[in-house]
Amino acid sequence: MTRIQAVNDFVVKFANVNGSGSASANELFAKSIIRMGVPVSPRNIFPSNIQGLPTWYEVRVTDQGYLGRRGGVDMMVAMNPQTWDEDVAEISPGGYLFYDNTKPLPKSRFRDDITVIGVPLTEICNAAYSDPRQRQLFKNIIYVGALSSLLDIDPAAIEKLFAEQYRGKEKLLDSNIKALNLGRDYAAAHLDCDIGLKVKPSDRVGDRIFIDGNSAAALGLVYGGATVCAWYPITPSSSLAESFIKYCQTLRVDPETGKNLFASVQAEDELASIGMVIGAGWNGARAFTATSGPGVSLMTEFIGLAYFAEIPATIINVQRGGPSTGMPTRTQQADILSCAYASNGDTKHVLLFPEDPHECFEFSATALDLADRLQTPVFVMTDLDIGMNQRLSAPFVWDDARAYDRGKVMTEEELEAGKTFGRYLDVDGDGIPYRTYPGTHPKRGAYFTRGTTKDRYARYSEEGPVYVDNMERLVKKFETAKSLVPQPLTRPAKKATRNGVLFFGSTSPSMHEALDRLEAAGEHLDAMRIRAYPFCDDVMDFIARHDRVFIVEQNRDGQLRGMLINEGGIDPAKMIAVLHYDGTPITARFIVADIADKLARYNVTPIKKVAS
Amino acid sequence: MTYIAKPKLHHPSLTRNKAGYTRRDYEGPVSTLCAGCGHDSISAAIIQACFDLDIQPHRVAKLSGIGCSSKTPTYFLGNSHGFNSVHGRMPSVLTGANLANRDLLYLGVSGDGDSASIGLGQFAHSMRRGVNMVYIVMNNGVYGLTKGQFSATADKGSKSKRGVINSDEPIDLASLALQLGATFVARSFSGDKTQLVPLIEAAIAHRGAAFIDVISPCVAFNNHPGSTKSYDYVREHNEAVNRIDFITKRDEITTDYAPGTVQEVVQHDGSILRLRKVDESYDANNRIAAMNYSQEHHAKGEVVTGLLYVDPEPQELHGYLHTVDAPFNRLSSRELCPGSARLAKINASLR
Repeated sequence: MTRIQAVNDFVVKFANVNGSGSASANELFAKSIIRMGVPVSPRNIFPSNIQGLPTWYEVRVTDQGYLGRRGGVDMMVAMNPQTWDEDVAEISPGGYLFYDNTKPLPKSRFRDDITVIGVPLTEICNAAYSDPRQRQLFKNIIYVGALSSLLDIDPAAIEKLFAEQYRGKEKLLDSNIKALNLGRDYAAAHLDCDIGLKVKPSDRVGDRIFIDGNSAAALGLVYGGATVCAWYPITPSSSLAESFIKYCQTLRVDPETGKNLFASVQAEDELASIGMVIGAGWNGARAFTATSGPGVSLMTEFIGLAYFAEIPATIINVQRGGPSTGMPTRTQQADILSCAYASNGDTKHVLLFPEDPHECFEFSATALDLADRLQTPVFVMTDLDIGMNQRLSAPFVWDDARAYDRGKVMTEEELEAGKTFGRYLDVDGDGIPYRTYPGTHPKRGAYFTRGTTKDRYARYSEEGPVYVDNMERLVKKFETAKSLVPQPLTRPAKKATRNGVLFFGSTSPSMHEALDRLEAAGEHLDAMRIRAYPFCDDVMDFIARHDRVFIVEQNRDGQLRGMLINEGGIDPAKMIAVLHYDGTPITARFIVADIADKLARYNVTPIKKVAS
Repeated sequence: MTYIAKPKLHHPSLTRNKAGYTRRDYEGPVSTLCAGCGHDSISAAIIQACFDLDIQPHRVAKLSGIGCSSKTPTYFLGNSHGFNSVHGRMPSVLTGANLANRDLLYLGVSGDGDSASIGLGQFAHSMRRGVNMVYIVMNNGVYGLTKGQFSATADKGSKSKRGVINSDEPIDLASLALQLGATFVARSFSGDKTQLVPLIEAAIAHRGAAFIDVISPCVAFNNHPGSTKSYDYVREHNEAVNRIDFITKRDEITTDYAPGTVQEVVQHDGSILRLRKVDESYDANNRIAAMNYSQEHHAKGEVVTGLLYVDPEPQELHGYLHTVDAPFNRLSSRELCPGSARLAKINASLR
């Protein structure tokens, strides 16, 4: 048997029972490696359950900084008897199995082609602790201790993390360090620690921060000036609203009065949450809701109202697997169509596609500006993979000179001076009319907001030409949006090529890794990351410049591909879908294999076998 | 409806209120509802109440859902911002609007289809939250715009114009409002302006969730014998518990009343509600008793009207949320953005 040998480049997967307190121990494991300067990318794989069902935590240690999911498992920390067989089967040949050997297991439950490392975790724990809850929690810390010895993780990094976490709670600090050392001591005394997987100090983390996308988006909304949050709990978005409240409790309390500079209402359903956002937006406050696909389905009628009545609304959609309840704890990019065209009738909505927590922060703040500027709903299309996993990303940036763009709002002074006000009147050709906040002027600027058709002065009208005039202006407004939304980013191939690839959102890290590997295999593709809808002209130019364009998406039907074909009038034959939608995050391995396979079928160039 | 537009010029001798407005300044364009519609009487009562209370029209936000009743905000307070939202969802839009600017007066107008059927959930939850608003349901027991289907407030046994007998239990919105924590609950009748106008005035002065269920007969589809929401039926079965005088703090109290016949409620803003009791045993500060009273009389086929319940010390959503006094829509990045220095600290804590 050849044991897997790898330094700073391997995958450890923890198989745990939901509710056993493993999450914080596993996070500790990941963070301690980051503190050694080695990038890691962890992912929670969890069921729709609070206690008892299996849950996994997959840590990719990656000195090269590839933060996408890799696939494959080099070491399994098998802590869950329920999933033992599948966990053992998942280990790559030559890999390692770490388990609690307090109770002997028959040989038939193991494999010959892996290295088995047994630690009597329960026995150690029971000898040291008598309280049942302590036994459960510290068992997790003990395995982190043992693993740190096996993998050469610096215990000082772990102790420092403890010290930060338990500042002022010395008793907890001491007991955690004790548990850690129980694991380390056992490993030193009883295990052959010369295994093939090692962590070596490095300097590849830089100034990056480690945070989940939901928290990042919440902070972006605080910085962007959101004052009203209306939400209904739904996985995987709930932690976004909760983070917003948490941040606001420190960042948004008026120092003089102690009163809140924000309001958060947990609504009775998604219809009410979007209704509140629209009411607040109509009345001039920056408001948002966080939801997921099923929530957007419920909000659809209101989204049409906000589009047609032209009311700012910011919606963060943390996408999960659909349709219906679908895969509530798995990731997908499958709400693109349902958000882009949400509502009955002809509508188009602005979508932003962040790639990581850094962009979740930036785009959430930007969405508030765009919603005000364009007077329309703006979606931030994140997903479970970004939203609920901590990810290394560039630090957050805020320019103190940046003022909120409140868009075209007519003031009391302007109304008093006699400036013409037509709520749906385009005065300067960008398709965006002026609005007034209720209560602005005693005699001027009041209008009636409605979802029915109206003329330029907000008067009810069902006249065909009046209706068409308004609908055409809305198209013009959407054209204006093209220059305001985040522009696409290109990554030109190192050699001239007629092949291109488009991707967006959480696919980004795996795509960049895939591009590196394709390039190493001699396959060159120009790449473009789409960051928003409406699609900028650059996107259409990119497609026009290439004979074949791969569109990588995490949904079944190639939703973005369909939109591109439709909006750009593009020949579908040149648009090749690369689709991954089983609920797990897309991997570079998948992208490379799929693109290589398709290129081979198109018989474009001889393909060198690409190692996976 | 009439097609004759209202003249734009006002007679110079029209009386002005303390805010300097004539009654005409509180009107809107001419109503497009059916001649004799109860809803138009309620619009007139709203106009009267706002005029009487010297309210600046532009400081009112009027919101509605969909239906005949929800069309009425067009016909009153033409200088106020209005929002005709989606069917049954006015309460959430109003709640959001209220959060954005706590300084305006929020007037929610809805119907029995809008609030008791499609929007029952939003109605209920806006009451639970204690949104500071006046929520008026123009209740005719029937869908007017779609031509005469029963609504959820139609009484069991009530007969439709087509002769169908309603077999479903009715939803009593006032009882629901009482149970769900509304701090001002009244019922009235569109045909009884002397009762309705002071009730609206009192509701406007109330700082909390104020709900008024106004029985408002539909002359087109629900004003026939066998209907329990017809003008005749309501007049015959109207069981008023009290008659209300709404007194702003400036007004001097001069009239004398026999002991036990009057209940005075001082509201938070100093205004006084003087309830001239029709039923001497009725206590408008007792929520549980109000629920019982309303149910007992409904079982007898009577329509209990008047101020059913008022909490003189109401709480409201902004209080629960502990929000700043300034309206959110006036705050800028100076108040709202924590700034780059703070962000640098946050970044440092995430490494």
